[in-house]
Amino acid sequence: MTERTPRLLVTFATTTAALAMEQACREEGVPGRLIPVPGSIRAGCGMGWAAPAEQREAVEALVIRRRLAVDGIYELRR
Amino acid sequence: MIYLDNAATTLRKPPAVARAVTAALGSLGNCGRDLSEAALDAGRTVYAAREKLARLFGCPRPDHVCMTLNSTMALNIAIRGLYGPGDHVISTDWEHNSVLRPLYALEDWGCELSFLPAGPDGRIDLAALEGLVRPNTRGLVCTHASNLTGEALDLAALGRFTRAHGLTLVVDASQSAGTLPIDMEAMGIDVVCFTGHKGLLGPQGTGGLCVRPGVEIAPLLSGGTGVQSFLPRQPAAYPTRLEAGTLNGHGIAGLSAALDFLEQTGVERIHAWETALVRRFYRAVRDLPGVRVYGRPWRYDRAPILSLELAGWDSSELSDALWTDFGVVTRPGGHCAPRLHQALHTAERGLVRFSWSWYNTQEETDVAAAAVARLAEEGAP
Repeated sequence: MTERTPRLLVTFATTTAALAMEQACREEGVPGRLIPVPGSIRAGCGMGWAAPAEQREAVEALVIRRRLAVDGIYELRR
Repeated sequence: MIYLDNAATTLRKPPAVARAVTAALGSLGNCGRDLSEAALDAGRTVYAAREKLARLFGCPRPDHVCMTLNSTMALNIAIRGLYGPGDHVISTDWEHNSVLRPLYALEDWGCELSFLPAGPDGRIDLAALEGLVRPNTRGLVCTHASNLTGEALDLAALGRFTRAHGLTLVVDASQSAGTLPIDMEAMGIDVVCFTGHKGLLGPQGTGGLCVRPGVEIAPLLSGGTGVQSFLPRQPAAYPTRLEAGTLNGHGIAGLSAALDFLEQTGVERIHAWETALVRRFYRAVRDLPGVRVYGRPWRYDRAPILSLELAGWDSSELSDALWTDFGVVTRPGGHCAPRLHQALHTAERGLVRFSWSWYNTQEETDVAAAAVARLAEEGAP
């Protein structure tokens, strides 16, 4: 079963940007995976990077360091 | 068969290319449509190819490498997306129809054109560029290397010129990608248009354009992108901005494998080998009776192409004799380069073009040269 805990969701304008995020996270050991963006978040390309909520600082630092093109960062509470 | 029509398409590819295409045909989904591993693998495959292309061309961002089916499509996107009515665009007499026809279409739309002329020896004097600039000049669109003579333009010099005048520089790298070094940042290039099936050694149906961040190209095509479905217009962000419809993921998988081969082998090494073969052929044919070689194949900074004529022969007859009697494949005729043929006064009879790739050998080159020598000895048909 897929784990359903509070988590961070990073959205992107393009799937290319989402894939760049996935690659950067894999290279730097930041956990997470690509998921479909829930309909409640009407932003981005439909593909988002979901990470554990406690990874927020690591994710934000990586986005800045790798100059990743990010649309928004959300917290999914469920 | 001795295949010397690599400027049309490279026939032999690294074996990994076919393996990659075959594997992709059985495994890739459609990126951005679902989030299965199959779909994500399609996206990852394309993204890996973008990264390799960005490294190859010195493009600052992989997400500014936009995929198309070939150079012609990339050039149409760049030319029609950058210029419009009232603009003036400079080009050259060396251009292939993939540049000329989109430019002529712009002219019909109210755009003004000027062409840097080629002399009767086919050479272009870059100093003449200054005299072509007008108040409404917006860009320079030019080939890196002529598909007819193999001669190359100094892109760094062109980059300095376009920067000094605030123009965009669009380069057609069809004959140079994978053979001559190209560095967008260092050379001041705004857009590089390339095809995957020539010097890049990938499959047909692959190509694209690398766009310098900050250069805004209006989309030529719009449609399904798999993303932002409720947006009525084509999304603005690169590369989706210029990529409507499903990409050729299977072909791009092959191109990506070819790019691995290029990285491992080295473009400089490939260029050195191809140039050595051109020179070997040139030395063997230059003094044959009736042979006239066009361009300067003794130079190093050029594409691996040599075009010639043999007195008394139409280029089509000569090319046919080379194929039927000796198994040597060349391209005759006009080569989609009408302005350069007119400058060289070869429009009527055409030229026979020999073009090499990494996979050609000295032995093949010698057989081709011997074939020309035999036909030169026999005289005109």
